Amino acid sequence: MNDTAIEARGLTKRYGDRLAVDDLTITVRPGAVTGFLGPNGAGKSTTMRLVLGLDAPTSGSVTVGGRPYAEAPAPMHTVGALLDARAVHPGRSAANHLLALAQTAGIGRARVDEVLGQVGLADVAGRRAGTFSLGMSQRLGIAGALLGDPPVLMFDEPVNGLDPEGILWIRTFMRRMALEGRTVLVSSHLMSEMALTAQHLVVIGRGRLIADAPMDEFLDSHGSETVLVRTDSPEQLGADVRRAGGVTSVGPDGELLVRHLSATEIGRIAAAAGIALAELTPKRDSLEEVFMALTRDAVEYGVPA
Amino acid sequence: MRVLRSEWTKLRSLRSTWLVAAVILVLGVGLGALTSSALGSGYATLSAEERADWNPMVAGLPTLLITQLAVGVLGVLVITGEYATRTIQPSVVAVPRRGRLYAAKAVVLGGLALVLGQLVGFASFFVGQALIAGHGAPHAVLGQPDVLRAVVGGGLYLSAIALLGFGFGAIVRSTAGGIGLIVGATLLVRLIAQALPAGLSDWMDRYWPTAAGEKIISVVPEAGALAPWTGFALLCAFVAAACVAGYVLLRTRDT
Repeated sequence: MNDTAIEARGLTKRYGDRLAVDDLTITVRPGAVTGFLGPNGAGKSTTMRLVLGLDAPTSGSVTVGGRPYAEAPAPMHTVGALLDARAVHPGRSAANHLLALAQTAGIGRARVDEVLGQVGLADVAGRRAGTFSLGMSQRLGIAGALLGDPPVLMFDEPVNGLDPEGILWIRTFMRRMALEGRTVLVSSHLMSEMALTAQHLVVIGRGRLIADAPMDEFLDSHGSETVLVRTDSPEQLGADVRRAGGVTSVGPDGELLVRHLSATEIGRIAAAAGIALAELTPKRDSLEEVFMALTRDAVEYGVPA
Repeated sequence: MRVLRSEWTKLRSLRSTWLVAAVILVLGVGLGALTSSALGSGYATLSAEERADWNPMVAGLPTLLITQLAVGVLGVLVITGEYATRTIQPSVVAVPRRGRLYAAKAVVLGGLALVLGQLVGFASFFVGQALIAGHGAPHAVLGQPDVLRAVVGGGLYLSAIALLGFGFGAIVRSTAGGIGLIVGATLLVRLIAQALPAGLSDWMDRYWPTAAGEKIISVVPEAGALAPWTGFALLCAFVAAACVAGYVLLRTRDT
């Protein structure tokens, strides 16, 4: 199965003084959408550029299907990538842009028309790419990635600038590509988006690996449960809960938020104290919250607290 | 072969390519006609001595000096256009063996420049000489010694300048920088050289690559100048050096 995996080993890239990618070792496997998460400037794009040989690593190595991408005998049939949707000559038509890419692999016009249809750009194939909206450019970039029907797909922030319909389309599309057994690596700084799309997560901050795990496992190990409690006597219940080892805080509507105790335990405490409960809801942290907590120290250009 | 087709698609699918090509043709043939006409009209007032030195082929030089700028810009744009629009990135992803990408670009550009150069060379020759003949002045024909070499050579010179622009563009990766270099190398350096002391100025006129290269269009041997093909070979070596430098940088720099 790993003949189409992306494998980075001690991958490091330094631009002058700045360490963009720092000793990154990951394996991106086929058959799942792997979300590549990190705050802006974390090194996601650089990592993708290193995978494609656009930039040379300072040290370490990265391979696709066991060899450096630059040595692939049929590059277009090896990796399809969309790194920069605006990397299109504004004066060239969408069809000619794709044709020029296709011809490098001996792929013909018929396939160009096919991928244009697949991404929904068939009607504007002859239009100059400079007239495209960002969303259309994203679709054009995806069409380019699909030309060679490659087993590995890489997309850098593909939902940027897309309308809700476009986002839904790309989400479905990436899932389908993974179901077909492809390796799909998608970067994003939108955690909520990844929660809906990815089955596996690679999280980096300041170029370093923070987490590399299946989505469920990631949430289980990094997220902690919060229990939301509504009651007429929050002060009394709060005191009892803290005595039992819980950590409490007050929510926006005056509700009690409890950590480190399960809903069952809180229910028992309330019953023993004779406090009536209006609501008792366990909540798992959203990916967003987990991510924020995890990368708090790794934000490159954060605002000082 | 596949990469060549791809590069041809890139080149032909841009309006700017054909715009520059049209400028090259109009400039080349138009200037050739103007300078030839001016030259021919002056023949009537020449003394017998001056008529003995009459050379109807000298009209070609000013045409070449100006047309080379448009050709050089075409060469620059072929490579810097990819950087300006960031298409260099998908191009390198599609053809990660950068030498192939670079060579294909050079070959396609060289081919187009060769065709354009020969069109300009022959068209401006026929039009220009017809105008000179129209003024009743002796005109050149292809069968005369060295005339065919000079006409073909003019086209070859333009092709070489296109590739020089390409090499410069690959080195600096910016359109403005590339155009600056090509204008500098073909015109500015020579203008500055004229202001230098005679010894230096003569040396520059003999050995500066584009000065040496343009001897390919001379039909009357000039004292102190390199022979036509020797001078052109010097220009070709300079072009090759620029293109190799551009290649090495493309290979080693991050894209």
